[in-house]
Amino acid sequence: MLTRREALIGAAWAAAAAAAIPATPVMAEVKADVGALPRQKVSLVAPPFVHDHEQVATGGPKIVEFTMKIEEKPVVIDDEGTALRGMTFNGSIPGPMMVVHEGDYLELTLVNPETNEMPHNIDFHAATGALGGGALTHINPGEQVTLRFKATRSGTFVYHCAPEGMIPWHVVSGMSGTVMVLPRGGLKNDKGEPVRYDRIYYVGENEFYIPRDEAGNFKTYESLGESYDDTLAVMRGLVPTHVVFNGKVGALTGENAMKAKVGETVLIVHSQANRDTRPHLIGGHGDYVWEEGKFANPPAKDLETWFVRGGSAAAALYTFLQPGVYAYVNHNLIEAAELGATAHFTVEGEWNDDLMTQVDAPRPIATN
Amino acid sequence: MKPTTTKLAGVALVALAIPTALIGLSQGMQLPADPRVRMAETVRIEPGSFTHMQPGEFLQDSRPAAAPRVPVRIRRPLEIMKYQVRLDDYARCVAAGACKPADAREAGEVPVTGVSYRDALAYAKWYSEATGEDWRLPTDEEWAFAAGSRFRGDIEPLEVDTANPARGWLSSYRREVDLARKPDPQPKPAGSFGVNEKGVADLAGNIWEWTSSCYMRVTLGPDGKAIESAIENCGVRVVQGFHRTYMSNFIRDGKSGGCAVGLPPDNLGFRLVRDNSLGMRMARWFRGGWIAS
Repeated sequence: MLTRREALIGAAWAAAAAAAIPATPVMAEVKADVGALPRQKVSLVAPPFVHDHEQVATGGPKIVEFTMKIEEKPVVIDDEGTALRGMTFNGSIPGPMMVVHEGDYLELTLVNPETNEMPHNIDFHAATGALGGGALTHINPGEQVTLRFKATRSGTFVYHCAPEGMIPWHVVSGMSGTVMVLPRGGLKNDKGEPVRYDRIYYVGENEFYIPRDEAGNFKTYESLGESYDDTLAVMRGLVPTHVVFNGKVGALTGENAMKAKVGETVLIVHSQANRDTRPHLIGGHGDYVWEEGKFANPPAKDLETWFVRGGSAAAALYTFLQPGVYAYVNHNLIEAAELGATAHFTVEGEWNDDLMTQVDAPRPIATN
Repeated sequence: MKPTTTKLAGVALVALAIPTALIGLSQGMQLPADPRVRMAETVRIEPGSFTHMQPGEFLQDSRPAAAPRVPVRIRRPLEIMKYQVRLDDYARCVAAGACKPADAREAGEVPVTGVSYRDALAYAKWYSEATGEDWRLPTDEEWAFAAGSRFRGDIEPLEVDTANPARGWLSSYRREVDLARKPDPQPKPAGSFGVNEKGVADLAGNIWEWTSSCYMRVTLGPDGKAIESAIENCGVRVVQGFHRTYMSNFIRDGKSGGCAVGLPPDNLGFRLVRDNSLGMRMARWFRGGWIAS
């Protein structure tokens, strides 16, 4: 009799074998060019923060090395203590952002520890060929793999897990993140003038589909395998139970609210690997928004709300002009207020009366 | 219908005849008019004075101002339920067809949660009829008086800068963060949060309680005390608990009913006070006399 583990390994081997034939010559061709390039090893940080990086590249193309460990674990996703059987890149939902420059090579070592239940892989929307790398990165528990791809297009691009037969389940269980490929000369506005940011935040939006019991309470499961059938049934209804930023209702509020100062320029990268969304900064704007996330296109100006297509990441640049507490929401306000898609910015600085003033405070209606 | 009314009238007449004895029987020893009703354990608090942070929103010189702290005197003994109304008590009202089922998470001997101000009123009406007594929600002042050291009031900004309203918003936000109160949504058995110095249990735990007081917006005079104008909005009521907040009267889940920014109540519930005011006793007497004749 096959154990569960053996059955899964069998499926993954079949997939890897199918992918191996076209892939081999491609890998051979690249090696000669790349060997001499300088290498840079980068430690990833958990969102909403982003690892240190240059906005304008100094020097020529290089190989930027990252390592991510896949962690399967229960993740609490709301204040009620509801637990998702989570699957994560590097332990966070979303997975960490990786930043390189156009022309660089991104080299990822992906580790699937023996303690995990599932095979995994990674599909980079920034990469070309082999299902975004998915066909070359299938790994079973106890294996690791290293993939290198050339960042040929600038922009913000989603990455996600994409194992055959269960792609959406892995994605809505938490396995997505973003790669940002900056133009070597940095970001440019619609006139081609350089623009910089003082801070960058990565807001990953995820929606979850948690099964309920007969009484309407969210169910918990002992393992990923046990949660699969019920979760798939909820997923097929297309009505999420939670829509959250950074993996949990309220993850970017209170102590973890994002911070800025009046006069600072902030780049907000917003990803959704599975479903459309529409970020909006209440009381602010997007000065320059790469709605599709691709920096070769001129940014749209002065947006109120921007549309993020499911399976993409957008980048919005904004200089804060007024202090206060800002809510940053998915402007389907039901999803923002009832399902969790709300974050906060606390912005320190001087109030600008010219931009806004309360001319007459609330008082009883004037009568003759 | 008729026998029930007569029984109620009887209880009312007895109450009028020996009001002091009735007030004395405060620890749940009294028999209810309806045997299916569990008499709530109450605490009697002697009259007293205290300084009270007024509820509502205050403006002075067109800018947000701190709520005035004013001396308040509670003139009559306050008889208040020791515990919040329990889910199984509330279920009796539902079974009687007088209350809508609560959006409660649990069952049994935990406080009822997932109830609106309107639900609390419906329960008070039913409970008064079932016991032959007059029960109502406490006012904001009465709740604060009973809560004593457990009363916190509104989370006011630490800074008020007339030139920069954002300082107030940011400092309120900071205060809430510094309180470091973690969400605690699971209702706990009665008594889990202990009693205060007045013997009242579970104040400022994870249930916020409806009061009968209306939301007010008040414009203060130059001294910061005199009221220049006030607008009352009774569609919004004062809610008391870990902090004081304001909710529309139909809201059952404080998280949905609250603001985009701010500390939401974990749960909405209530407790009642027994009204022994002269007015209520007179009303009972007239009602009783009329029915008896």
